[in-house]
Amino acid sequence: MIYLDNSATTRTFDEVTGCMTEIMRDTFGNPSSMHMAGVEAEKEIRKAKETLAGILKVDTKEIVFTSGGTESDNLALIGCATANRRDGMHLITTAVEHPAVLETMKYLEEQGFSVTYLGVSRDGRVDPKELASAVRDDTILVSVMHVNNEIGAVNDLEELSRVAKAIKPGIIFHTDAVQSFGKFRIYPKKSGVDLVSVSGHKIHGPKGVGLLYISDKVKIKPILFGGGQQKGMRSGTENVPGIAGLALAARMSYEMLDEVTEKMYELKRHFAEELLKLDGVSLNGIPDDDLSNIRETSPHIVSASFEGVRAEVLLHALEAKEIYVSSGSACSSNKPAVSATLTAIGLDRSLLDSTLRFSFSCETGMDDIDTALSVLAEELPKLRKYSRH
Amino acid sequence: MKYPAFLIKYAEIAIKGKNRYVFEDALMHRIKLALKYTDGEFAVTKSQGRVYVNCLTDYDEDEVIAALQTVFGINAICPVVKLADEGFDKLCEEAVRYIDEEYPDKNRTFKVFAKRARKTYPVRSTEMNCALGEAILGAFPEMKVDVHEPEIELHVEVREDIYIYSRQVPGPGGMPVGTNGKAMLLLSGGIDSPVAGYMIAKRGVKIDAVYFHAPPYTSERAKQKVIDLAKIVAKYTGTICLHVINFTDIQLAIYEKCPHEELTIIMRRYMMRIAERIALENGCLGLITGESIGQVASQTVQSLAVTNEVCTLPVFRPLIGFDKQEIIEVSEKIGTFETSILPYEDCCTIFVAKHPVTKPEAKIIRRSETKLADCIDELVEKAIETDEVLNVI
Repeated sequence: MIYLDNSATTRTFDEVTGCMTEIMRDTFGNPSSMHMAGVEAEKEIRKAKETLAGILKVDTKEIVFTSGGTESDNLALIGCATANRRDGMHLITTAVEHPAVLETMKYLEEQGFSVTYLGVSRDGRVDPKELASAVRDDTILVSVMHVNNEIGAVNDLEELSRVAKAIKPGIIFHTDAVQSFGKFRIYPKKSGVDLVSVSGHKIHGPKGVGLLYISDKVKIKPILFGGGQQKGMRSGTENVPGIAGLALAARMSYEMLDEVTEKMYELKRHFAEELLKLDGVSLNGIPDDDLSNIRETSPHIVSASFEGVRAEVLLHALEAKEIYVSSGSACSSNKPAVSATLTAIGLDRSLLDSTLRFSFSCETGMDDIDTALSVLAEELPKLRKYSRH
Repeated sequence: MKYPAFLIKYAEIAIKGKNRYVFEDALMHRIKLALKYTDGEFAVTKSQGRVYVNCLTDYDEDEVIAALQTVFGINAICPVVKLADEGFDKLCEEAVRYIDEEYPDKNRTFKVFAKRARKTYPVRSTEMNCALGEAILGAFPEMKVDVHEPEIELHVEVREDIYIYSRQVPGPGGMPVGTNGKAMLLLSGGIDSPVAGYMIAKRGVKIDAVYFHAPPYTSERAKQKVIDLAKIVAKYTGTICLHVINFTDIQLAIYEKCPHEELTIIMRRYMMRIAERIALENGCLGLITGESIGQVASQTVQSLAVTNEVCTLPVFRPLIGFDKQEIIEVSEKIGTFETSILPYEDCCTIFVAKHPVTKPEAKIIRRSETKLADCIDELVEKAIETDEVLNVI
């Protein structure tokens, strides 16, 4: 199997599986229990928190564990909007966010908030000037993703936050860092980012766990109620093995960050160059379509459009050779769900349903890329022969 | 009330003359299978033209009835009380107790239907009707007898033992699967074909099925969806032997060589041919499709005629005169609708022409098919070799 769908999820590191098994077996106590078993479990959480706070260079008090990226985004947006509604009812986000943000924004609109959706450039980035002109007196929150999950475009959080806060100092800045955590060094305090959503399973950690960094300066209300765990910010017995697994996966990812980043950029460059040699293939999300700008994009995502081939058919053709990738849009009977990101970057309509995403991890090798390339070279002409006229 | 047994009523089987035991045995077999995944232990017995499900352990009545309602051939399910014969006075007492427990609200009308199947029993049925009626009226003065439209029909049957029942839960009707041969269902992921399979099985026909998939144009999930549909239909029909045939190369050859507006009709002709081959190899006596006149271009009367001419086995089309809405109603009733509308089926839309022929002529279609002469026999053989057989339970 050649797994090129690491933006969907990653293989859990063996070390993480081991550590979690051990905790499930030996440290099964409820961290809220008063006895020793509870204390031991609580210790695991504290240890994890220290690791993660260290990586983000924030205080341990500013980390809240959640069930994953979606819950982190929900807590960040709903929690902040409701806690700060007296300061204003205006929110800003982008048209290319993950559904966890977009759908939550839709919900907040139903609750009476007004939301501005910023467009993006052809390479998928938010223009700080556009953000500046969207900020109003009653804007309370800006949410901009760090790395786009479909095309790998990278936003300059520091610049965006600076611009927004220059106009309205009290503005809260959230970023969905699900695709960038473990790939980039993220220091929220230095960048002026107040809320950061992170997920475990995109960095070879377990599914069902994530975190939200909440700056101690931010006013926020919980969205889940119950036993008052995590200082009432997120009730529910903590997922101790998951939290320990998330921390270990993060530590491993950051220990090898530089080396892996270099390697993935090499993979990306090689893959991109070879793809462009094939007939009717174009790449998305590369600034000025110039491969020398590749380092302005995320190292692990390549979005490519294949003229005259339906994405889903090509995906299944690759699947038959055990190469797993993902398509931007899911096929449904008569109207394919069109990708918001691909539409927003102004991709030609005819290519919307012809675009695949290839995403790498530290475990992807050059030979995997070469195999994928040769299968593509073989399948594309075959599939084009039978395309719809 | 916990009933010690359920009386199974069947209609059409009763008129089958000397074959009757074949039908009854098939019915008992289907009942046993249906109860296999139900909590509790049951013994299915037959005596004097009656089938009983005897409950040997604790059970959940709703679950048992739901399971029995999947068995074709059952007309009604009656929860019964079973008594040993301890004299007529005791029987009157039990009848009163039955009414008391079964109907807490006594303000109702009733009629007694006594049946003396054991002719040696000392009380005649008309006498029983009167005496039991009196006993009940004596115990519950607020009850009334109504011989024309009673709210409660109290049945008391004297056989080896004595059975009392008043409730009848409708069954699905039809005939037990396996009593009318076997046929091959052309199963797609749509709404119609599962319903067609259900309806033919209801007439006692055992079902095998064939599904044509076209990777990479259709996905693994589309195939899983068809398996899921077969599973739902199998609740009624028993195990379905599902043949999965890889149809991609035939489809590509037709696409390449034949006029595009004739694509669907030619494709269907090859599906019928292959289905017939597999049907004959597996002892099926007919083919089943979900076609309904005029629903789509390939189901006009002309198209059906052109499709039909390629096979010699009879093609059963139980939905032929149904409107879409009527088909949907059945699919909702049998539980296939939700799965049928999952959006995986149309991934091979590239093979559908914008304006397919609606009035094909056999002569012209046959001529178009000659363009495939150099390769089609081999492709058909190859497709049949891909047959992946799944026993869907």
